[in-house]
Amino acid sequence: MCLSIPSQVVELHPEDGSVTVDTLGVKRTVSCHLLDEPLEIGDYVLIHIGFVMNKIDKASALESLELYREIVQKLEAEEHA
Amino acid sequence: MPELQLKQLYDGFRDPQTINELSRQIHALAKDLKEPVYMMEVCGGHTHTIMKFGLPQLLPNNIHFIHGPGCPVCIMPKERIDQAAALASIDDVILVTLGDMIRVPGSQGSLAQFRAKGCDIRPVYQPLDAIKIAQENPNKTVVFFAIGFETSTPMTAVLLEQAEKLGLDNLLFHINHVLVPPAIDAVMADPDTKVNAFIGPSHVSVITGSKIYQPTVDKYHTPVVIAGFEPVDVMQSILAIVKQKVAGRAELENQYQRAVTEQGNVVAQQKVEKFFEVRDSFRWRGLGPIPHSALQLRPEYAHRDAEIRFGERLPVKEIDDHKACQCGDILRGKANPNDCKVFGRGCTPQTPLGSCMVSSEGACNAYYRYAGVE
Repeated sequence: MCLSIPSQVVELHPEDGSVTVDTLGVKRTVSCHLLDEPLEIGDYVLIHIGFVMNKIDKASALESLELYREIVQKLEAEEHA
Repeated sequence: MPELQLKQLYDGFRDPQTINELSRQIHALAKDLKEPVYMMEVCGGHTHTIMKFGLPQLLPNNIHFIHGPGCPVCIMPKERIDQAAALASIDDVILVTLGDMIRVPGSQGSLAQFRAKGCDIRPVYQPLDAIKIAQENPNKTVVFFAIGFETSTPMTAVLLEQAEKLGLDNLLFHINHVLVPPAIDAVMADPDTKVNAFIGPSHVSVITGSKIYQPTVDKYHTPVVIAGFEPVDVMQSILAIVKQKVAGRAELENQYQRAVTEQGNVVAQQKVEKFFEVRDSFRWRGLGPIPHSALQLRPEYAHRDAEIRFGERLPVKEIDDHKACQCGDILRGKANPNDCKVFGRGCTPQTPLGSCMVSSEGACNAYYRYAGVE
């Protein structure tokens, strides 16, 4: 029942505090009742049964991706050595 | 900071080259292991990832997965489904529940079968859909059959909060929310358990924060590494576990830092605290009764508790699984789906005999779908 894929905020609905998110092309409106910070368009979030659970930390995600890039680069360098 | 694309969040954590390199590092380091590693992934979402991406084949033969009890559909005992069916059979009651729950067999059939007989049972994708159903049916009683771990309890809390705010007196709850740490304790209490490390759940931890696993680390001296849902996340977490084991350490680590903090989602925790209290005991399918392992509504909200309102009409007889079904051993990590005689034969996703075959997070469903029948 957990949706592992992150979604991106594409519309804000201040009238009821909900947001519309895009999950790999599927758009849906979800509740922000469980958040204490406002979302902005472009934010990445995790969705669970109709609610935003949290905001994904972009800096941390980029840090992980950079680490993986280095791992792969190092491997390629070793293979070509 | 460079811009982050949604595609990177998806592909970057599924990159085959990264997975292969992590596998190579695990193989190299595992040569120094003094004893085999038996890692339990508690969460059913991880079980799904592990089987979908064939991760067991990327590990050396001294590192093993043990699939845990973290699938809310799988651990629901038959008597709770019988209670849901009994509620749905009452005149003017509409039973609302989430997704897969409708297909889990109780002792008298699944909720889908009760619906076919004429009961008003409505599967929804999100708990808040129950509000509209209650508003559109003021002369009926709508019961939300609430399931799930720490991840899903806050959403039930918001539904209850909204019901109170809107004065929706016809919306009641049958609460089956369960807790991860007592389930870990139940697994570790078995003297025969081989488990000596844990891959911590993703979304449970988003809500609770990483802090809830420190007692597990301290009590059992096992590493706990909280992992994201993608295959790179899982492989990186396994590498972290192996590093700890080789160095003789047992620590709490958080690989899923992009989504999990130490304190978790405090707003969600406060809402859960407001409406729920811990139950004395709850019987888990396969694991039996576990003290303090589930929640119930606080006495202030007894007027919304279907177990109280319809108490005398709910069956309480405890019912075990079909004797050929090995879901119990599978949920305790003592058997694999292929050890079960009915797996893929009498029990398939189309006609599940046991609950582990129903949900895509169940071990049997994941094996059937991705590994096949041996």
